[in-house]
Amino acid sequence: MITAFFNQMPVLVVVVPLLAAPLCVLAHRAFAAWLLYVLASWSAFGMAFLLFVQAKIAGQVSYAVGDWAPPFGIELVIDTYSALVLLLVTGVAALTGIYARKSIASEITIEREYLVFALMLLCLAGLIGITVTGDAFNLFVFLEISSLSSYALIAMGPKRRALLSSFQYLIMGTVGGTFLLIGIGLIFMMTGTLNMADLAERLPGVYDTRTVQAGLAFVVVGLSLKAALMPAHIWLPNAYTYAPSTVSAFIAATATKVAVYALFRFVFTIFGVGYAFGSLPLGTLLLTLAAISMIAGSLASIFQTDVKRLLAWSSVAQMGYIVAGFALASTAGVSAGLVHLLNHGIIKGALFMAVGAMIWRVRASSINDLAGLGRAMPLTSAAFVVGGLSLIGVPATAGFISKWALLSALFEAGRYGVMAVLLVASLLSIIYVGRVIEALYFRPLPDDVSHHQHGEAPLGMQVATWALIAINIAIGVHATPELEATGRAAALLVGGGT
Amino acid sequence: MTQFLTETLPGLFNYWIVIGLMMIGFYTVIAHDNLVKKLIGLSVFQSAVFILYISMGSIHGSTAPIIIDGNPVYAHPLPQVLILTAIVVGVSTTALGLALIVRINEAYGSIEEDDVLAADLATSEGEEAREEARSEQAEAEEAHAADDADDGTEPTERRPG
Amino acid sequence: MSDVWLAWLVAWPVVMALPVALFGRWPNLREAISLATGVALLVGVATFIGPVAAGARPSFSVFSILPGLDLAFALEPFGLIFALIAAALWPLTTLYAAGYMRGNDEPHQTRFFVCFALAISAAIGMAFSANLLTLFVFYEMMTLTTYPLVTHHQDVESRDSGRVYIGILMVTSIGLFLPAIVITWLIAGNVDFTPGGVFADTGLGGLAAMGLYGAFIYGVGKAAVMPIHRWLPAAMVAPTPVSALLHAVAVVKAGAFTVLKITVYIFGIDFLQVTGASEPFVWLASFTLLAASIVAIYCDNLKKRLAYSTIGQLSYIVLGAAMASRLGAAAGGLHIVAHAFGKITLFFCAGAIYTAVHRKYVSQLNGLGRAMPLTFAAFTVAALSLIGLPPLAGAWSKWYLMSGALDVDMQIVLGVLAVSSLLNIVYLLDIPARAFFLPADDQAPRGFSEAPAACVIPLMITATGCVVLFFYARPILDFIAGSFGSTA
Repeated sequence: MITAFFNQMPVLVVVVPLLAAPLCVLAHRAFAAWLLYVLASWSAFGMAFLLFVQAKIAGQVSYAVGDWAPPFGIELVIDTYSALVLLLVTGVAALTGIYARKSIASEITIEREYLVFALMLLCLAGLIGITVTGDAFNLFVFLEISSLSSYALIAMGPKRRALLSSFQYLIMGTVGGTFLLIGIGLIFMMTGTLNMADLAERLPGVYDTRTVQAGLAFVVVGLSLKAALMPAHIWLPNAYTYAPSTVSAFIAATATKVAVYALFRFVFTIFGVGYAFGSLPLGTLLLTLAAISMIAGSLASIFQTDVKRLLAWSSVAQMGYIVAGFALASTAGVSAGLVHLLNHGIIKGALFMAVGAMIWRVRASSINDLAGLGRAMPLTSAAFVVGGLSLIGVPATAGFISKWALLSALFEAGRYGVMAVLLVASLLSIIYVGRVIEALYFRPLPDDVSHHQHGEAPLGMQVATWALIAINIAIGVHATPELEATGRAAALLVGGGT
Repeated sequence: MTQFLTETLPGLFNYWIVIGLMMIGFYTVIAHDNLVKKLIGLSVFQSAVFILYISMGSIHGSTAPIIIDGNPVYAHPLPQVLILTAIVVGVSTTALGLALIVRINEAYGSIEEDDVLAADLATSEGEEAREEARSEQAEAEEAHAADDADDGTEPTERRPG
Repeated sequence: MSDVWLAWLVAWPVVMALPVALFGRWPNLREAISLATGVALLVGVATFIGPVAAGARPSFSVFSILPGLDLAFALEPFGLIFALIAAALWPLTTLYAAGYMRGNDEPHQTRFFVCFALAISAAIGMAFSANLLTLFVFYEMMTLTTYPLVTHHQDVESRDSGRVYIGILMVTSIGLFLPAIVITWLIAGNVDFTPGGVFADTGLGGLAAMGLYGAFIYGVGKAAVMPIHRWLPAAMVAPTPVSALLHAVAVVKAGAFTVLKITVYIFGIDFLQVTGASEPFVWLASFTLLAASIVAIYCDNLKKRLAYSTIGQLSYIVLGAAMASRLGAAAGGLHIVAHAFGKITLFFCAGAIYTAVHRKYVSQLNGLGRAMPLTFAAFTVAALSLIGLPPLAGAWSKWYLMSGALDVDMQIVLGVLAVSSLLNIVYLLDIPARAFFLPADDQAPRGFSEAPAACVIPLMITATGCVVLFFYARPILDFIAGSFGSTA
């Protein structure tokens, strides 16, 4: 029984949230839907953890869906790279579950609450699917599942501007997805296979063809759109700003990260390092875009009046950090990119949660509305401060570890210019984090008592926020396990792909 | 050159169609203001990709991949199956997009992107102006240190604010 | 004492910050706990004197932050001296702060004492750190825990000063200090504080070494080498006990301490001598100490004048480090001690004057010497010590700095030091001279009107310290020099 469970785990981790979604719709009651979400996401998290351990011991867990032997059937492959991202996605999803109840109740009418949970489960299933699958086309399908559900989630935001944000995201996301589809089609045309391992074996024979080059280009552009890398970031700030707070926290911590995961899964595992970075100037291109993202995102962030939008622009900048790491295509670089991918998920998740808690209290999201909350909500504000410091890269937080890893990798690769850009971007983050902190602590609470009726945020919101903050600090003071895991993943990606 | 014109060009006619459709669709998405037309463009764009997949699975003179007597040449069934999935994705996207357009129409009374954007811009500009005024007011109201506070200011130094 | 006590001593003020926070409603109990914590910390640190003097080098690794890089503590004489100063002056400042904060009815006193404890913990952590990464962690911890102290009043002025404070310290530390550490780690493969330095066999060239040394000097913004000194006068917006302990002792000395540690244990005196990497910084430090002294002359605000004086005095220490002489570096270490006692006394006096008569400008102090004889006597002693007159502590550190400069043939430094001493006389002795010899104005109090005893006793003790240290300067120098490998 136990063995059977263990054997089926790679598929169960997708199937459980996927099946829980329709159950939510059938349950039709907010509380039941929430309970289902919590159960499904926590069991997914448990399985993700077990899979991570399995992947660590065995190097790779593979599973043939429907018992069709690969490469003919769909194969699920979990190595350290995917297991780490899987842990992030399911972990954030599980904590969002604890967080969601009160936050969603304050932003969405009770009759539609169950739909939010159903959609979040679908989105979760899609994201998990992307990380576990070993099949290129299957990845596209899961990507579209997660994207479609996130369009719908964003459209549920309380302001009417959420609708157009969602529509714009839909257009850009679908274009991105279709580009990916074209790319996959082109490489399928040349190799006749969709299995990632199989593709990696057959592609070197046809490296020189225009078709494969075009395939790589389409894949990279398509996934960059989903990952909101400059200049394809336009959808992101609006989407994060107008989505319900819970959804912002969940999507900010996971969706773009998984897109980056997929991008580099294609580039490293399928196309191979030597091809993508040797024959084609992908490294320089991505580094340039990453550097522009860092600076432009941070600069834009400074001038925002809405705190969610401020965090969203900061995400654009932080995606630049992540991509810069991966784009070095060295073991250290990929490891650093992956470290920041995980850390930024944790940091931004916590920040959006803290901001969500503040919005829950004052029912508005501009920086001015946060005035004086340092006194009214000391714990939530403290969480924001720690998260903000982590964004800056203060030691003893996860952000410091990212910065250390990225700086080392960039120095090793001799990319001093990007190093300087990264430092400048970190310094800019002091300004935008500082603006919020000053509003929290230096402004007096407004006199009108209308929103004094709520005290500190509800327990669930605080527990989830502080859980992420605790992980953040734990990584900051003792990052060795994380760095060892990402190092393993990086060695696998960079070493195994050529 | 002649070979290119007589064989390569017509030989690859399906791909030319694909590219043509793709460009038409993509152009519509970018250039059109009407949200429904945008969505139509998106569908055309996706359909182009479907045709790309189908046509790469077809073999000259082949038949549908259904087992029949004799020894016929079958078209590659896998791309067709794949595209079945992609069509489902496309239909869901279109459905969701249309649903969004309906709600946009309810909320803004228009499905022209320019109108909606202008409405949004007006809202956000108003908001920004309001926020700026609030920031300024808050700054003006902020407490100043007492004149005899034990700080490091000189008598000649002007206090900020 | 076993080595694990190093970690416990660092954690001790943090642990005790909790009861301080909890007993915020009972100020007497709260301050008693703070004081007891400080005394216990001092005793704890002092128990290490014997073993370290006997040659023991206790070390303790807490856990690994990054692979191959631990959060680790290791004690050597210089670090011990710095820890001792911080631990000795903390209880005194606590006593003083109790008097000052109550005397001036300051708000948020609990937060004040909690942040104070955290900042001291950071100082002890820096003193004990075994490698650059640990030092950096506590360096940033100190920046962050002192920010609420600087912005204590939460008004526009303190917010703006806080921006300058945190801005400069964070920008330099993250923009320069952190990359310098990363680069050191990648070049040398080691950021442990190693006697003789870590760059010996790495082939690091002169110009590259110079750039790296510069990144460290300016990255350690707390050392306030011009042009990144602006945060120090800005921090004067804080209540005076903060200025006294943190911006005369803990924070700025942490900067100077870091510079010295990096000079001696990361670069190594010999390496710097051979490559000449630190030479430009001798001149930059000289410029800073002269410029700061001149600015100080024109400051009418007492705290601001003391702040610029601190900037100048810090550059003595940076100068001692940068001239790449063992004796000079050890003299810099000695100056940390001497200046700590002198400057904290001066700040204590400034705060006492403010508490007693609410005056903060030098021009208002005429004739106050008769009303506040104890305070101004202590001020005079401390000022003379900073100027470098025997029999006061500052005399020795200046003396050894000069000998150090002669050792490495930098005669110009002698001139710089002489000129700066003259400038010190101008801006420091001006104050007691006004107080004792000029006639008082009409509003000045007649008769004896000192600040509360809790304010006056600490400043008497520290002023006495300036005298006592004169007689123990040589053992302290030898103690520090022992770890620097000096034979002077």
